[in-house]
Parts: sequence; C-alpha cells; structure tokens
Amino acid sequence: MRVYLNFLWRCFRVSFVGGWRYHSWMLALSIVVLLGVNAYCKQLVNGLITTGMTDHVSWGLYIANFTFLVGMAAAAVMLVIPVYVYRKHELHDLVIFGELLAVASIIMCLAFVTVDLGRPDRFMHIFWRFNFPVSMLSWDVIVLNGYLLLNVHICGYLIYCAYRGRKPSPVFYVPFVFIAIGWAISIHTITAFLYVGLGGRPFWNSAIIAPRFLASAFAAGPAFIILTLQIIRRFGGYTITNEALQLLRGIVTVALTVNMFLLGCELFTEFYTESAHMASATYLFLGLHGYHGLVPWIWTAIGLNTIALIILFLPVHRGLRFLNVACVLLVVGIWIEKGMGLVVPAFIPSPLGEIVEYFPTRNEILICLGIWALGLLLYSVLVRITIPVLSGKLTCDRASGSGEA
Amino acid sequence: MSARNIGTGDGNVCDRGSTSSAGAPRLTRRGFLGGGLGAVGGAAALAAALSPLRALDRQDYTLEKFLQKHYKEMAPEEMAEVLDRIRAEVEQRHGVRPDLSDVKPTDGVEFVYGLHLGLCIGCRRCVHACVAENNQSRSPEIQYIRVLEMPRGSMDLERGDHHYDRAKVPHESHYYLPVQCHQCANPPCVKVCPIEATWQEPDGVTVIDYDWCIGCRYCEAACPYWARRFNFAEPSFVDSKEDINPEMSYLSNRPRQKGVMEKCHFCLHRTRAGRLPACLEVCPVGARKFGNVLDPSSEVSQILATKHVLVLKHEVGTLPRFFYYFDEDYPRAEDHVTLPASSSAKPPSGGAE
Repeated sequence: MRVYLNFLWRCFRVSFVGGWRYHSWMLALSIVVLLGVNAYCKQLVNGLITTGMTDHVSWGLYIANFTFLVGMAAAAVMLVIPVYVYRKHELHDLVIFGELLAVASIIMCLAFVTVDLGRPDRFMHIFWRFNFPVSMLSWDVIVLNGYLLLNVHICGYLIYCAYRGRKPSPVFYVPFVFIAIGWAISIHTITAFLYVGLGGRPFWNSAIIAPRFLASAFAAGPAFIILTLQIIRRFGGYTITNEALQLLRGIVTVALTVNMFLLGCELFTEFYTESAHMASATYLFLGLHGYHGLVPWIWTAIGLNTIALIILFLPVHRGLRFLNVACVLLVVGIWIEKGMGLVVPAFIPSPLGEIVEYFPTRNEILICLGIWALGLLLYSVLVRITIPVLSGKLTCDRASGSGEA
Repeated sequence: MSARNIGTGDGNVCDRGSTSSAGAPRLTRRGFLGGGLGAVGGAAALAAALSPLRALDRQDYTLEKFLQKHYKEMAPEEMAEVLDRIRAEVEQRHGVRPDLSDVKPTDGVEFVYGLHLGLCIGCRRCVHACVAENNQSRSPEIQYIRVLEMPRGSMDLERGDHHYDRAKVPHESHYYLPVQCHQCANPPCVKVCPIEATWQEPDGVTVIDYDWCIGCRYCEAACPYWARRFNFAEPSFVDSKEDINPEMSYLSNRPRQKGVMEKCHFCLHRTRAGRLPACLEVCPVGARKFGNVLDPSSEVSQILATKHVLVLKHEVGTLPRFFYYFDEDYPRAEDHVTLPASSSAKPPSGGAE
C-alpha cells in the first residue's frame, strides 16, 4: 500500500517536470481550461440561455462533441484487436496509449454531458430512480462509466506492474481486455441508439447510424492516435516503429472508406426516395427554404475526408508527413460530419415544420474549448507518466536504489 | 536531441524525488520560489475563473431540496412539507400567497381532447389563456400551444406559418391547426427520460416533477409534436402580482425553475376538480372539446363515435389523446349508392353508375 501511494505521489511529481515545450503546452492548456471554467460558471448562474440552443434546436455543440468523443474512446479497440486477437506485436507497446486516450475521451464525454444539463446539481437522481432498461440514456450512463473503469483498470495495472518491474499477470488484465473490446463497440452503438430510437426525428431514425458511427470512429480515433504517436516519437523519447504507424494507417484507410460508402448509402436513400423525411438532409446538404447555415460545414467535411482518403490511397506517398496531413484532415472532417452534421440537422426543421437555425455562442464555444483543453491536459499528463515508467526510467527499484545511495 | 534531453531529465526527476522523500531535501531557492509562485498564481486564477458563481441564487441549492424525494416516493406528510416550502417560496418571490395542492387523478377517468378543424379561426386566445393560467415565463416567452396557419388543400406542416400576423382572422384561403401536448398513450418522451422525471398518470396526462428533472432535454428531442419546453433561463413575469395565477398544483402550474422541462398537462388542477381546461374555456367558437373517454355519454366519446377524426403523425405510433375532427357538411345519407351484389368483381366506378 505504501509502495502504491508512493507510486501515485511520484506520478504526480513527474507530471510537473519537463522541458520548456512541455511547460508552455501545459500552461496554455491550463489557461484554456480556466477560461472554460469561467464560461461554465456564467452558464450555471444564467442558465442555458447563454448558449445558442433553443426549444427548436435543443442539442448543440455539447452533444455534438460528446458524440464525436465517444467514438474516439471506442477507437482504442482498433489497437487492442490487432494485438490481442491477431497477435500483431509491433503495436504491443502502443496499446496503452490508445487506452489512455480512451480514458481521457470518456472523461471529456462525461464533462460534455454534464455541461449540457440544465440542473447538473441533481445528477444524483440517476441513483434513486434510474429508467433502466427503457431509456437509452440510462444505458449510455452504464456503458460509458463501465468503459472508463475497464480502461482505468487495464492501464493502471499495466503501468503499475512496469513500475514494480513485475511481469503483469494475464489473469488480472487479459479477460478485461477482451471485455473492453466488446464494450467499446457497445458504447458507440448505444450512443447511436440514443438518436436512432426517436421516431419523431426522421433524420436520425435510420438503422445505418450505428455502423456509420463505428466506421467514422475507427477512422478518426486511430488517426488521432497516429498524430499523438508522432509527437511522442519526436519529443517524448519513446521508440515507435514505422511498421506500427503503417499498420494504423491501414486501419484508418479501411475505416474511412467504409465510412464514405455508408454516407453514400444514406445520401442515396434520402435523396432518391424524395420522401418528406428528406427535409433535414436537404437542409444539411443543400439548404432549405433559404436557410443554409450548415451547408458550408458539411461540404468542408466531405471535402476534407475525400482529400484524406485520396492521400491514404496514393501508393507512391508512403511518407509519414503525408500521413500526418491526412490524419489532421480526416479528424477535422469527421468531427464536423459527426458532430454538427449529425446532431443539429435533425432539429431542422422542427417536428412542426418550423426552421430555426443554430449558431453556438462565444460562451458555449469557450466551454467546449475548456473541456477539450482539460482532456488534452489529462492525456498529456497520462502520457508523460507512462513513458518513463514503460521505458524503465521510473521504477520502484530505481527509486530505492538511488535512495540508498 | 531534445528527446534525449527530456529522457535524461526523467532520470533526474526520479532521483530527486526519492532523495527528498528519503529525508534529504535538495530544494533550491529558485525552484521553491517558482513552485510557490506557480501554486499561488494557479489558485488566484482558479478563484477568478470561479468568481461568477457568487451571483448564484443560494435558495436554489439547499440541502432540503437536494434531498427531496421523487414525487411517487413521497409520503403524504413529506408532500405536505414540500408543499409548505413551495408556498412560502412563491410568496417570497412573487408576493402572491398560492392556493397550492397536489390533486390526484380520479378512477375511471381518462381525458381526451378534440379540436374541430373546421371551426378554429386562429385567434390564438387559447395560447394566451394557457400562458396566464399556467404561470409560464413571460421572458423568455414560453407557450404550450402553437397555432399553425395552413394553406387550404395541404396537411404538410412545413407549409404552415407559425408566425402569421393578421389584423383579421380567419383568412379565407387558410385553415388553422393548433398543436399542443398530445398526451400520447405511448409517449416517447416518457420512454427516453433517464430518471423517470416524467410519466403518464392514470388519467392519461403526462406530467413532469419539476423538482426531479435534470434538464437533459432528451424528452424534447423525442417529442414528435414539439410539445415540450425548456427553461433556458429563470422564468420571469412582467408583474408577478398580476401575472401569477395563485390556484396551482404540484404537477401542473406551480412556478418552474431555470433548467427544467415543462409542458401542457391538460390543466389538471382544473380538470381533476371537474372544470374545463383554460384553452377550451376561452375558445370563442367552441372548437375545443374535452372530457372522459371512458364515459360513453361524454361529448368526446360522442365525437369519436360519430365524426371524422384524425390524429397528427399516426405513423410514429404515439397514440395521441388529442385528436382533430370535422363535420360532414354535405348530406351524405341522401347520396346512397346501391352496390350490385357482385361489386367486388367490378371496379368501384362501375358500381357507382
């Protein structure tokens, strides 16, 4: 127990130590977090009127970011499956970075849901009267928190074993790894079902949303992990092989292709049928009755995704720089497509046919940036701790050894 | 190169951390000052960031409210206490002593509401009577009833005008379609609520416990009739003494707070006491009919049995208790057509000849 507390204390210490780049990065993030906290306090005092949401568009940026980040969290399995199911060992040491990303993402998800609540002080009510299994939101509460616990356990156990210099006992983590694989699929499926189960919103009421969510998550998540691995490799002093990145590139390419295909299926169904259900899709892609607030966004997203896909398909450019560009493009593209492009248009037109557009306010955007900064801060700290532990620079033995000296 | 620097840095950190824990602190003055300044600066920045919270209304966040039980779990004496507290609060905030109660449903009663599409003239008196009766916020404005001005010959809601502003109604080339909560028998809003803050009462009214709602707005997303409203800000009145209707009940029109949902509840504080909804009472043309569908002699039962009736969006499977109807304004009984015995073999037009 003392050893464990000492481990936590030393992790805490290490998270404050680094070069000037690390310090300025963390300082910048902290400032953005505080700006977000300040904006959230204003929202708490004045109510959600400080956001751009209305009775017409009752979910906005918060739920859009939430949806995207559930995908990022689920995408950790795209590192786990190759290692634990297909025994691709080049990724073995990198799985933990995916799982840490899952931890940070889920915490951001929970933060986004919390800031979206009108009465966050009453969240305890989920413990007294929980509408399970009827409400999909109650399922989401369970799967998201369960997934967080699974990943915290797996990462914590592996890192602590490395710190103690022990070989991790498979009994304590391999079963959880396999549970987490299924669980990851479930978090994103259930998040899709939140939307899909609403008969009054034809734009969401489509069976293809869950597969689309998974495909886009498995493109954006590994793409984000590629980018962080590149940064870790450049500044973190941790060996990451080109083979590992190329394997991830393959996953991203397949997932993005499937995502584009599913989007095409959706578009065909909506626009060829030309039923009354098409109104939201028309608003999103073409504009409706003179309103086209989302049209530039969705075409930007489709453009970014297409360019990313072309770069990934080009056989001549196996260079990692092009891979980075493609990853940035597709993470942004999928963020737009899945966030603003999926959540907002379902509210436009309203169920009674009225068109009220949604524009996020400055305060709302600051809160979102604050939560993103919080997530990145958390992820940076976790990675900062993990690297010296995994590379054997921060261990229990080393501590006692130097202590004696 | 930078990577290696940081790498060796880690080694130093380890050593320094362990030596200091072993009882030999090697803290430099610069390090101490830097760390201290950082901590103080951080704390000051956090305090500044949190400063808007000073404007928070403490009355909204008392332990008593935090521990208040769900409506269905409160014992009668607990409910009495809560009602007392709400009375005091309303009096303090709005200067009106409310006549607040918790009216229960009556056995053998299921309310339904019928609206005569041919009679409605689109005067919106129902909208305003509802606001006055149910203590809706005047700013930001919340209304439960939305009247659509529809072009004749269309049922396409997208072609309806929500904001028609005419000196005189009805306009001859339009008809009017008022929409409010349909009190569905299969309500999607109740299904999606994660904490059972909204439910269907035995008399068919879907209600909200305003003290239980967490404000996630999932029900608002689920409603196919756009019948639910969210309090984006603290409700406010022009002149509370004038505006507040003191006759209120727990599940219906008592004042709401910021951050919770609200909706039409068929004026249950009136209707459960044998009166009619405010929107019906004010209707100048008698387009609105309300009653107990389980009583075959009630007006609504008669309408359902004899008139042409339709519900909005039947395809979403919500089974509304709010229906629209119209009369036969032509003498259909005199237009009888005698069909030949083998009419099924012939096209219908042949039979009409």
